Amino acid sequence: MVDVMMEKAPEKVMWAEKMVYERPAALSDIPTHYCPGCTHGLIHKLIGEVIDELGIRQRTISVSPVGCAVFMYDYFDVDGAEAAHGRAPAMATGIKRVQPDNIVFTYQGDGDMASIGMAEIIWAATRGENITVFFVNNAIYGMTGGQMAPTSLPGQVTGSSPNGRDVEMTGMPIRMAELLAGLPGASYVVRRSVHNIQTIKQAKKAIRTAFQVQMAGAGFALVELLSSCPTNWKMTAADSLTWIKENMVPYYPLGDYKVADVVKTLNNRGK
Amino acid sequence: MAKGRIKVDEAMCKGCELCIMVCPYGLIEMADHFNAKGYKPAVLIDPDQRCTGCTLCAMMCPDAVITVYRETKIKPSPAYA
Repeated sequence: MVDVMMEKAPEKVMWAEKMVYERPAALSDIPTHYCPGCTHGLIHKLIGEVIDELGIRQRTISVSPVGCAVFMYDYFDVDGAEAAHGRAPAMATGIKRVQPDNIVFTYQGDGDMASIGMAEIIWAATRGENITVFFVNNAIYGMTGGQMAPTSLPGQVTGSSPNGRDVEMTGMPIRMAELLAGLPGASYVVRRSVHNIQTIKQAKKAIRTAFQVQMAGAGFALVELLSSCPTNWKMTAADSLTWIKENMVPYYPLGDYKVADVVKTLNNRGK
Repeated sequence: MAKGRIKVDEAMCKGCELCIMVCPYGLIEMADHFNAKGYKPAVLIDPDQRCTGCTLCAMMCPDAVITVYRETKIKPSPAYA
């Protein structure tokens, strides 16, 4: 009897269900027009999560491109502007200079940035504009139906290169991250991918750093993201992620191409 | 009782099957019915209660339609101690 009374009451362990992952508040509650499995949506989600985590939704301005992401202003619950084709960095420059307290980012595809908008991005980077640029590289023109892009791989079959890209005639695909990293004005230029969980986490860190660079007033930040286009590559969503890994990553190596000293001092530097 | 569960916003799901690819226990399948957009949405089939709420499916989802819940230990309040 005494022994029983001496015993401790068993410790009560209580369990409760907690939400551990939800749609970021920076994304609007409307379905996107992107094809099933397109990683545009995934990259939107990562940007939305970072905007939420940094608490900058009320002062963020997006600049939409022309291309598949043309309706981006609908999908983010932030202020937005729509630029003419390829001119997003020029428009972002104007917005940022007039509203220096706002966080301005552009989101451009390979046709928008690497083709028609080449001049604008080169000069925005050269001037070291304090903007954040996301460059989504899927090696094809998605919106217009799958024609050859400046970033299409050698031998890649597209609507306008039915026998595969002939590099003798069209030259080699352009590597934007390496190109822009060579410019003196750029502070943070990296390339990431989103073809598996590990690279998605790395991409999110880089997106976070790119915003932090701008918040610290540290200059031009660009994150190139290798993305999929299941519809125009003519494969399933899962196969297109494998295609990124096996074909795009060898030609577009992932890594940090320029991390200025001022960026290294920021917290949580993207790896 | 399962450690975790997911909720799929069926109206927004586009049936791309990427969540199926990353689930470590293969607990996600496509439903037999169609949503209003004409896609078969993803559903959690978890009779053995194996879902741990690891969030990999939600991280991979391009349309951000997956919400993940996980059972977590909470401190009993002093009144029950």
